[in-house]
Amino acid sequence: MPAISRDEVAHLARLARIDLSDDELNHLAPQLDVILQSVAQVSEVAAQDIPPTSHPLPLTNVFRQDEIRPCLSAEEALAGAPIVDGAQAVEDERFRVPRILGEEA
Amino acid sequence: MTDLTKLTAAETARLIRDGEVSAVDVAQAHFDRIAKVDDRIHAFLHLDTEGALGAARRVDEKRAAGEELGPLAGVPLALKDVLAMKDVPTTCGSKILEGWRPPYDATVVQRLRDADLVILGKTNMDEFAMGSSTENSAYGPTRNPWDTDRIPGGSGGGSAASVAAYQAPLAIGTDTGGSIRQPAAVTGTVGVKPTYGGVSRYGLVAFSSSLDQVGPCARTVLDAALLHSVIAGHDPFDSTSIDQPVPPVVEAARAADVRGLRVGVVKELGGEGFQPGVEQRFNEAVALLTELGAEVVEVSCPHFVYGLPAYYLIAPSECSSNLARFDAMRYGLRVGDDGIRSAEEVMSLTREAGFGAEVKRRIMIGAYALSSGYYEAYYGQAQKVRTLITRDFARAFEQVDVLVSPTTPTTAFRIGERVDDPLAMYKADLCTIPSNLAGNASASFPCGLSPDDGLPVGLHVMAPVMADDRLYRVGAALEAASVQRWGHPLLEEAPEL
Amino acid sequence: MSTPAATVPDLLDYDEVLERFDPVLGLEVHVELNTLTKMFCGCPTEFGAPPNSQVCPICLGMPGSLPVVNGKAVESAIRIGLALGCDIAEWCRFARKNYFYPDMPKNFQISQYDEPIAISGEVELEVEGQTFKIGIERAHMEEDTGKSTHVGVTGRIHGAEYSIVDYNRAGIPLIEIVTKPIEGTGALAPQVARAYVAHLRDLMRALDVSDVRMEQGSLRCDANVSLRPLGETAYGLRTETKNVNSLRSVERAVRYEMCRQGALLAAGGKVMQETRHWHEDTGITTPGRSKEQAEDYRYFPEPDLVPVAPSRKWVEELGTTLPEPPAQHRKRLFEAWGFTEMEFRDVIGAGALLLVEATVAAGATPAAARKWWLGELARRAKETEVELDALSITPAQVAEIQALVDAGKINDKLAREVFDGVLAGEGSPEEVVAARGLAVVSDDSALGAAVDRAIEANPDVAEKIRGGKVAAAGALIGAVMKEMRGQADAGRVRELILERLGAE
Ligand SMILES: [Mg+2]
Ligand SMILES: [Zn+2]
Repeated sequence: MPAISRDEVAHLARLARIDLSDDELNHLAPQLDVILQSVAQVSEVAAQDIPPTSHPLPLTNVFRQDEIRPCLSAEEALAGAPIVDGAQAVEDERFRVPRILGEEA
Repeated sequence: MTDLTKLTAAETARLIRDGEVSAVDVAQAHFDRIAKVDDRIHAFLHLDTEGALGAARRVDEKRAAGEELGPLAGVPLALKDVLAMKDVPTTCGSKILEGWRPPYDATVVQRLRDADLVILGKTNMDEFAMGSSTENSAYGPTRNPWDTDRIPGGSGGGSAASVAAYQAPLAIGTDTGGSIRQPAAVTGTVGVKPTYGGVSRYGLVAFSSSLDQVGPCARTVLDAALLHSVIAGHDPFDSTSIDQPVPPVVEAARAADVRGLRVGVVKELGGEGFQPGVEQRFNEAVALLTELGAEVVEVSCPHFVYGLPAYYLIAPSECSSNLARFDAMRYGLRVGDDGIRSAEEVMSLTREAGFGAEVKRRIMIGAYALSSGYYEAYYGQAQKVRTLITRDFARAFEQVDVLVSPTTPTTAFRIGERVDDPLAMYKADLCTIPSNLAGNASASFPCGLSPDDGLPVGLHVMAPVMADDRLYRVGAALEAASVQRWGHPLLEEAPEL
Repeated sequence: MSTPAATVPDLLDYDEVLERFDPVLGLEVHVELNTLTKMFCGCPTEFGAPPNSQVCPICLGMPGSLPVVNGKAVESAIRIGLALGCDIAEWCRFARKNYFYPDMPKNFQISQYDEPIAISGEVELEVEGQTFKIGIERAHMEEDTGKSTHVGVTGRIHGAEYSIVDYNRAGIPLIEIVTKPIEGTGALAPQVARAYVAHLRDLMRALDVSDVRMEQGSLRCDANVSLRPLGETAYGLRTETKNVNSLRSVERAVRYEMCRQGALLAAGGKVMQETRHWHEDTGITTPGRSKEQAEDYRYFPEPDLVPVAPSRKWVEELGTTLPEPPAQHRKRLFEAWGFTEMEFRDVIGAGALLLVEATVAAGATPAAARKWWLGELARRAKETEVELDALSITPAQVAEIQALVDAGKINDKLAREVFDGVLAGEGSPEEVVAARGLAVVSDDSALGAAVDRAIEANPDVAEKIRGGKVAAAGALIGAVMKEMRGQADAGRVRELILERLGAE
């Protein structure tokens, strides 16, 4: 049984905001399947009582003082804005982005 | 007259300090070398000629003014293109960042500048450090100076190749699953992955945050140690940075002494899948260490074999999140913004056009492994494997001071050979991955040429967390003995370019 | 997605809703902390700065940048947790909440997921004489997003041609406070919701952890509402109404959703589990994302940050810095002010408790403070549809105006004009009095001349007063005040009239 179907790959592509072509989907689905089947062997070893490790070192409580540091100027912040039709996508000291559908979470 | 590109970093710095050569001449000699050979190697993505010569000039001025110079002042260095350098293009080998010039310096870059190193330019790499061959660069592959039909390792193939091809005596690499050590092994150079948290990650464009580590690439063990001590140390801008003194790596490299050192050969990292010539050279290196006074035993780390699958879940998961920021809104490429398409469509079109196949593959695996319903079976389990591997290391380090294995199962493979077989490609990092998962220090040192193909083989040394100095003890001892045995450094065996 | 205009659902009469259904609420409140710097970087948090002037590589999510936790924000989170009666986690982590949105520079929000810093609290509210216990599920730390402005024909998100984004707000520390399901409120559900948010606002202010300016978005509320048929135990499907950003809106939005869902259910329909948007102007909610369209947030522990493990000693120390609990606070003020129970309840109901307290602290009597806040100022707040505390006048200024009255410099009528001036931003009360020429005429010769003219013009009235009918003086006082355009002390005018007519 495949670990992942073509439809699932298409769903993941939407989730990851990658507009995959049909060719890529056809190519990628079996590749991901092989990879996922192979990495699934992690489940062979780890018994329930093993704590997961999310951080390689056991550090805790690393905090910063609430002190203001120099910011970028708006000019510096906006300097890297993408180029659209030969000009930077900036308007009114803000980043200009295509119309936003949907909503904030 | 001396060829300035053939000197070690330590010698170069001494000559500059003593006023025997100028830093500008040294930098220029390296730019000349790059101009001569880089069309065949393609180690560099960008040269910062003006910035480098400016930095070199300041070193010469400092010297002229009688100011004291640091141990690597004036030494040229090649920087992996995954570190942010103010106003200098930083692409991570990806189209999606083409043209981006960061408005800030990575902490490592800041430290290099403070130590008066001369940053020549940015080196090629697998896109976003995802790969083991540097074939995944959007700007074309880098070639191995030993055989330009072969890969220089990856992802830091550009950094390793630049050092091996005498384009720079020093380079900075980053290592998430072996990207410093594996290229070092296949190019006959030295590469060290410091303890996780030993070198700041601030300004390192993240691939997998809990695995990434910045480290030195060099031709000699002492050079690597000198660079290590420049870049290492606590950084308040990196929450995962260790607030402890840097291990005495330079002293260890100078001591080059393994007498009484307990060395464990990892039973599970060898045998099937390992090239016979690689195993032969590895065994000889181990025998050499015994001769030099080390106590060698065999040690079992039973969970290391699960490192590879765990890595290929954890790294993609973190990367799927880390790379979400490349969305065409604030910087980098924007594709398909015709005034009608939505932000969402433009994001998807840009990411489709801007990312290469391997990056997409890993983002998708990561998105899958983290998605609801699969998290426990994949990401959760992988993090448990990580615990088991860390325990393997802890048990092993109760018996021995360092662990050793070959760095890679094979020598450099041919360009194109594994491009369409991700699993085969991933195996190149079999031996190096456990140290990334556990966060401990490890390194690769040249240990001869494989008799079956004449290509370099690396000895992989693993040390406990914050015991990075032990790596240098082993590396330096091996280096001294090898030079004695062969009459010259291994790299001199490489063909002239 | 349907447009607001296309969806005007039927509403069930509120009383009918309650005859058939029991409302269940859940409130999620986001509080922006008033730390000097952002959650993970050193950029300032000040409101109203020029766009993209308070940003750095970290809060812009630039490649390579890394977050470092603001210790002061953690401290505030713990104090908030303690003030809500929560347990403070001995060990907790940040997590990444992954979803794409242009306001969010990294396309993930650093938040907390299954390991929040504070859990299991409770707050007690009094609404119309009844006590309600609101269970607190959790309070967790996270970062705010940037702010996009939609540019286009409608000015709304739908139909916009493009958006422009300012990231000054991105990364400002937020505490998200989530209630357990709130049951048993019946008809008072909307008021309880409002009282809860007002309570949080007062609490945050007392803790001095937030500016809690709802109109500036530093306190924001999402309201979950569901209905279940009376007598049943299982919850109905709920909606989550976003962006309910004033106390009045909290009450209106809950009531609206109850009536909307009631109409659907009464007609045999189903409530869609979805997010909805509150429209302050039209007073309705419109559909957002459905459950099916819900994002898969792919939470995982934030690898760039290390766990937070507050020592018990630290938590204990912070416990000693908490303000007086609200109930105790109210009790103390009630005893100090000498109001009737009804008067005191009105003050609380108007959300004026802290305002009156501050005004008293600035020197006014409790009665005077109450008079202005619940009278003149409440009226103006209602007229302009803002909360009392959003009026641009401070308790100290109210006390100053009262002091001017007490000193006889102005009278109550003139005081109203001074309020106008202060609210219009013309300066301090003294400045308004000077600029508008509002001081009462205290020059007896000028007043005396006016009194004489009034007596001359009204001989009959004057005669009555001379004859001992002192009550008739009112007519003369009125005439004088009219001539003086109100700028006279009526008491003094009365004295002068009686003096001249030899009465009393
Ligand atoms: Mg939230
Ligand atoms: Zn910032």
